[in-house]
Amino acid sequence: MRWLDRIRMRVQMLFRRGRAADRLDDELRFHLEQQIAENIAAGMNAEEARHAAMREFGNPAALRDQARETWSWNGVELVLRDLRIATRTLLRTPGFAAIAILVMALGIGANIALFTVVRSVLLKPLPFRDPDRLVRLYEHSTDDKFPYNASAGGVFAEWKKQSRSFSDMAISGYVGYNLSGTRGQLPENVRAFEVTWNLFPLLGVDPALGRGFTQDDDRASANGTVILSWGLWKRRFGGDPAILNQTILLDAKPYTVIGIMPAWFSWPDQSRQLWTPLEYRELADQLQALDEHNFIAIGRLKPGVTVKEAGAELSVITRRIHDQHLDNPFVSKSANIRSLLDSMVGEVKTPLYVLLAATGCVLLIACLNVANLLVARGAARRKEMAIRAALGGSRMRLLREQLMESLILSAGGGVLGVALAALTIRWLLTAQPEMARAEAIHPDSMVGAFALALVVFSAAFTGVVSSLSAGSRWVLAALQESSRTHSGGLARTRLRKLLLTLEVGLTVVLLTSSGLLLRSYARLRSSNLGCITQNVLTMSLDLPEVRYKEDAQRANFFDTLLARVRSLPGVQAASYIFPTVPGAGYGGDSGFRITEHPPLPQGQSQYARTLFIDPGYFATMGIPIVRGRIFSENQRPRHPTEIIVSETFVRQYLAGEDPLGRHIHKGHDTYEIVGICGDTRHEVSEPAAPAMYFALDAAEDMNSATLVIRSDRDVTQFALPVQRIVQELDRDLPVSDILTMDEVIGRNTADASFDATLLLIFAASSLLLAAVGLFGVLSYIVAQRTTEIGVRIALGAQRGQLLRFILADGLRPALYGLVMGLAGSALVTRLIQSMLYKTQALDPGVFVLVSLILLFVAAMACLLPAWRASRIDPMQALRTE
Amino acid sequence: MGKPSDLVQGTLDLLILKTLSTEARHGWAIAKRIQQISGEVLQVQQGSLYPALHRLEQQGWIKAKWGESETGRQAKFYSLTAAGRAQLEKETASWERLSGAINLIVQEG
Repeated sequence: MRWLDRIRMRVQMLFRRGRAADRLDDELRFHLEQQIAENIAAGMNAEEARHAAMREFGNPAALRDQARETWSWNGVELVLRDLRIATRTLLRTPGFAAIAILVMALGIGANIALFTVVRSVLLKPLPFRDPDRLVRLYEHSTDDKFPYNASAGGVFAEWKKQSRSFSDMAISGYVGYNLSGTRGQLPENVRAFEVTWNLFPLLGVDPALGRGFTQDDDRASANGTVILSWGLWKRRFGGDPAILNQTILLDAKPYTVIGIMPAWFSWPDQSRQLWTPLEYRELADQLQALDEHNFIAIGRLKPGVTVKEAGAELSVITRRIHDQHLDNPFVSKSANIRSLLDSMVGEVKTPLYVLLAATGCVLLIACLNVANLLVARGAARRKEMAIRAALGGSRMRLLREQLMESLILSAGGGVLGVALAALTIRWLLTAQPEMARAEAIHPDSMVGAFALALVVFSAAFTGVVSSLSAGSRWVLAALQESSRTHSGGLARTRLRKLLLTLEVGLTVVLLTSSGLLLRSYARLRSSNLGCITQNVLTMSLDLPEVRYKEDAQRANFFDTLLARVRSLPGVQAASYIFPTVPGAGYGGDSGFRITEHPPLPQGQSQYARTLFIDPGYFATMGIPIVRGRIFSENQRPRHPTEIIVSETFVRQYLAGEDPLGRHIHKGHDTYEIVGICGDTRHEVSEPAAPAMYFALDAAEDMNSATLVIRSDRDVTQFALPVQRIVQELDRDLPVSDILTMDEVIGRNTADASFDATLLLIFAASSLLLAAVGLFGVLSYIVAQRTTEIGVRIALGAQRGQLLRFILADGLRPALYGLVMGLAGSALVTRLIQSMLYKTQALDPGVFVLVSLILLFVAAMACLLPAWRASRIDPMQALRTE
Repeated sequence: MGKPSDLVQGTLDLLILKTLSTEARHGWAIAKRIQQISGEVLQVQQGSLYPALHRLEQQGWIKAKWGESETGRQAKFYSLTAAGRAQLEKETASWERLSGAINLIVQEG
């Protein structure tokens, strides 16, 4: 029953500790009484007996402590006692405690937030079966410009037929549908994804309700089937399971709802609201084409097959196809593979890691700052520590107390930091909703462990650094020093200066990095798209094929709409473009041949962006016609004969010739170049690509277009009237992506702005911390040297001279830190080169500006203490002792 | 008053357990008893005795009960538990082996 006794004992010691302590005192007193009684019995008088007994008994307090040391929970009790003492000490200087906790919260909070994002986005495996065997398959274009190109249907078919590395592979593609309203709902443009029937089994995901696609659904002869996302089902169909096996209209065609995906499932991103079978919808020639790179191919590696081996196998297959079609330069010559996760988050990887590194710096700076504050306070409490050490407080004990203090500060900072991180993440999700895997961002147990580790790290770091100088070997010195405090505590001051130098160095690195990103962002925003961007409104229209079968129907709709929009009062110009307005993306390109040129050598290709416009487009967007003219009115539907090309097109393909009158052969048609227009950029950060403009109303099967409207006043006021006109023309037609040109650009530069802003916030807070640190150290030094300065003034030192002297003392660590930081920046900024637009990693402007800002802030922080030192009244200074 | 060395500490535990094997005693009586039996050779210091008693109690070898002392005052009486009795046998055996071994060496010289 020994274990029972021990448990009873433990419980007793835990809950009745106070009583046990009383009992112990009583027990010892009894012993003393017995001794006294014995002494009296031996013939001593009461007084003598008592003294003798006490002498023999020894120090009752020490004896009690020794007995207590054997009790269980003694460790806990000691920790609690340290905790109590540390809390009391901190509460005595609430201002210091609050500042230290806030500083810690800033550092820890930023790190938790960023780590949550990095973990959720980059590190957490995809929520599919054996996600590490899932890969994305790419074609590597023949001209090596696109190593990660989408796959052509025909090439994929060969991959699937010939390769042995995969247990399964599937293709898919982005599509959009007009979802017609039922029961009086408005029609809606939904983003969707078409997939081969085996994609969901390949990922290892089953629908939450209903069934998945079967091979029978996935062919042109099948009936239309659709699987809804959980969100769409809840929002649009009220979460009613009766929708299963019912028919909905997509692009005015009937599709039977066969399944609902689980709520957590999103693929390929959150914006996709439904899935349809790919081979049901795609035309056979798309599925067999070798040069139309339209599909996203995914595979599941067989066990034991590496990414490299599988890539090599696909490359061999692709090469074979390429060699059989040497006349077609758009047939790729090799293939690339990377993990599915990489394919999704590749773009955000560098920025996220840069931001994580920045928050790491902020935490380090925060720790250095708190350590600095603790050292300063340690200096103030030096005599107390010395006295305690002299009275027998063990060094370990004093150190433990100090560590406990920094642990409390870090823990407080941690708790506050977690709250801060929660807010930050929420803000982040609203600021960056389109970031890859944004839906996966949730704190989990790993994040909790990370937060805990941060707290422990911060506590250990600040505690150890600040107690470095608190060794007991200085006890004597401290006690001796007590009579006069002249320039004492040099070692401490040196330590604080060292900490400051590090802090300033890290701050400089943050400042230069954020400066570079800001500069790059400014360049990005001011770069010229090549067209008017002010007061231009854009919106997309998609006419369902089923109801707009005839060219005349489409032309009728587009023409009527345009005429009515142009007649709205205040509209200066309006026109159409397809597929994208400047700054909204590449759209697509086509290969072509110039009829007057000799045939291209085998394997070489010429291609340019393909855009469709109505003749008013150039005037609407303010794009100049450099030479020639716009289309003549005689472009009959399906018989276009004229083309306008961009200046870059001419430079690249018709250099040194007269482009007007040359002929372009594309597809089955030949076009005459009638005009040359100014360049526009498809991405703000990309140079203009060669472009060809065709007449929209002469194009075949042109169901979609973006309407652009320019006005001389706030153009957003036309959004509603135009939508109303569309509704009047076709009740079932939704309008999507209603954006001003500024918003279009804003969307494309949002990431750059976001990264720069975040980094700037970090850098600014670091600068503030460094300034506070400088100010604190210098104030402390001045306070310490009051007597010395007083003596100097009394002996005739000039005040200006003193001011310079003290300033130099404070600015020296700032200068060393600056030099260190600039050197560090030169190394670090190279790593963010890939995030910079038209900005060099060693941009001298940024480096000079950062140096000036830092020196200015440092001088400001030092000025007040230095000025105070120079105003010291020598009489008073000498009397303060 | 430094901590007793391991040998002494182990020995003190043995002495205390042995002393308690006949009847329950309070701390003072245990110290006196050891002193008497050893012919005043072994003087147990309070600084060792009480920590040792409390340690043995925490470990469940002995248990304590408050009762009236011979002078009529409340005192803490310690007695052996069943586990303590087993422990006493073990420690006695090991002590005999150890002291026997030391004896052999000392006498051989």
